[in-house]
Amino acid sequence: MSEDIPKTHPRKSATFDDYTLSEIRRAAATGIYDIRGGGAKRSVPGLDDLLFLGASLSRYPLEGYREYCGTDIVLGSRFATNPLKLKIPITIAGMSFGSLSAQAKEALGRGASIAGTSTTTGDGGMTKEEREQSEILIYQYLPSRYGMNPDDLRKADAIEIVVGQGAKPGGGGMLLGQKISDRVAEMRNLPKGIDQRSACRHPDWTGPDDLEIKIHELREISDWKKPIFIKIGGARPYYDTALSVKAGADVIVIDGMQGGTAATQEVFIENVGQPTLACIRPAVKALQELGMHRKVQLIVSGGIRNGADVAKAIALGADAVSIGTAALVALGDNNPELEDEYKKLGTTAGAFDDWHEGLDPAGISTQDPDLSKRLDPVTAGRKLSNYLKVMTMELQTIARACGKSHVLNLEPEDLVALTVEAAAIAQVPLCGTDWIPGKKNEILLS
Amino acid sequence: MAILNLKKIGVSGVNSALHKIVENSEKDFEIRNPQGQHSIACGINAPLNVEIKGHVGFYCGGMNKYAKILIHGHAGVGVGENMMSGYIHVKGDTSESAGATAHGGFLVIEGNASSRCGISMKGVDIVVGGSVGHMSGFMAQSGNLVICGDAKDALGDSIYEANIFVRGEVSELGADCIEKEVRPEHSAKISKLLKSSGINANPTDFRRYGSARQLYNFDVDNFESY
Ligand SMILES: Cc1cc2nc3c(=O)[nH]c(=O)nc-3n(C[C@H](O)[C@H](O)[C@H](O)COP(=O)(O)O)c2cc1C
Repeated sequence: MSEDIPKTHPRKSATFDDYTLSEIRRAAATGIYDIRGGGAKRSVPGLDDLLFLGASLSRYPLEGYREYCGTDIVLGSRFATNPLKLKIPITIAGMSFGSLSAQAKEALGRGASIAGTSTTTGDGGMTKEEREQSEILIYQYLPSRYGMNPDDLRKADAIEIVVGQGAKPGGGGMLLGQKISDRVAEMRNLPKGIDQRSACRHPDWTGPDDLEIKIHELREISDWKKPIFIKIGGARPYYDTALSVKAGADVIVIDGMQGGTAATQEVFIENVGQPTLACIRPAVKALQELGMHRKVQLIVSGGIRNGADVAKAIALGADAVSIGTAALVALGDNNPELEDEYKKLGTTAGAFDDWHEGLDPAGISTQDPDLSKRLDPVTAGRKLSNYLKVMTMELQTIARACGKSHVLNLEPEDLVALTVEAAAIAQVPLCGTDWIPGKKNEILLS
Repeated sequence: MAILNLKKIGVSGVNSALHKIVENSEKDFEIRNPQGQHSIACGINAPLNVEIKGHVGFYCGGMNKYAKILIHGHAGVGVGENMMSGYIHVKGDTSESAGATAHGGFLVIEGNASSRCGISMKGVDIVVGGSVGHMSGFMAQSGNLVICGDAKDALGDSIYEANIFVRGEVSELGADCIEKEVRPEHSAKISKLLKSSGINANPTDFRRYGSARQLYNFDVDNFESY
């Protein structure tokens, strides 16, 4: 009898989905939180929720390829006597030697130099390879001060004081024992094979008043020549930007929660910090209120993938963007051609994020000599420069369509939002309306 | 001996004079009227002798290489921070984070040092004539920290391979920091450092603290310490 009763379809919980269940089992089996690379994987309001209006009767477009559309930018013109001049408003973010192979660092330098932009060191110091191959190299000044020394500081073209990262605002660096090779250990003055948990606060300053004095010291050491960047995770962008200006920054880098990391707790990556989209307007507002917009340059990072993302960030008020994950993908990270090897690691191309384990088959996030050798820095560098050029041309395509002769002329008025959330966050009208949530209707679009 | 009057030429004037060193140029400098200013004599990259006649603010002698800097007064936060080599001697007391992340060289503080003395030190030798505040030797990676007086709470928390020697009392040790045997090579090191510092203390009175190395790799059974 009972066999005749129709059964309901097995139903999985939306709360306890397969991923959640697998994580509970993993935690129970190992007793350690999940650590991984990359940025937030959850869906958050982002630049995809914005659209450009393009030109029409009220705006004239520029002729593609014929009429000039500038992409050059200057970073660090506030106090530094030698500001950086970049051909494109897309820079390569700081990624440490240690998390990445020496070949990957070299490839980033090569690609950036061909495209006319800068690259950045990371938590672990400056390698010879990246200095030699990077026309413009920014030297990170991190809480750990691994590999920090005045000789490399003088060799650098700018200094970036890292206060935080979007993937983990308030967290320190993490490099697990598997990746501490002899060279990495030596550069960091630590024994081989131990887990390195870098400090999350700087050892000799706390708060914006001290930071001002720290910046003064770095300027004195570098004879006021080099631009000083402050990099902040997307936590409180309005106040952090205002305080960075007050502390004397030349350039402010704001990294949203989609921003990649080499290794951090999953719980941190997915639950701390604000989306990149949410960081831009408050930061720009702070700069505008202080009369510093476009004087102290704003670089935005965290999930930037293409020229449209760059154009939107600039239209909202950024001066440039920075890329990490996308640059690694351009070098060959997560390439489906390596699917067999990703399978052996229990993952699949596009989802491989155990960068901290040092087993990257693409030879990028590893210190294993055999794996690292797989990455040819010249070929990979060329791919990165191609990608940077494509992004730049996409950016120009949009800027010309909006009638701009320089990409920095893009403005919020060129944008609408697809969702109410994005309209509220980006402070641009919801498409088809003149409604900016939280603002009085002052202008009529239609 | 060249005299640099900070009151007249400012911090940048002083530092640019100390940075513009070429072969055969003056090697001996006296800085007058330091007025507690920040960043004095930082970023020196030559074997100079620098005497500072008075108190200094933050980061005096920061990132020093080769120079010998004598401070006739007290020093603010981060004296000798990240120094690579050379010798910095403070006649008075120092504020927080003295010798922070210093990779090499020798730092002597005749008086007391505040909290976080030798934080993240990466190879420097430090001798403190008086006592140090809390969190001294936090995450100290290598080098030697000799404390002739007492040490406050959380001494050597999360220490790596540095050695801490204390003559007086330790209020409390930080996570993963334990007392260790003073072997002959350690006594010899203490004697040598005390002698070079000019501070008078009996090398046999010191106890040694270092890493238990229990937190070097993650272990869920260390849960209480995380
Ligand atoms: C492999 C890797 C290593 C990183 N290392 C550092 C670092 O050493 N210092 C730092 O400030 N940020 C580091 N980051 C963060 C990047 O600088 C940047 O903020 C982030 O990658 C931008 O987001 P995106 O990856 O979505 O482009 C790292 C990111 C990755 C992917």
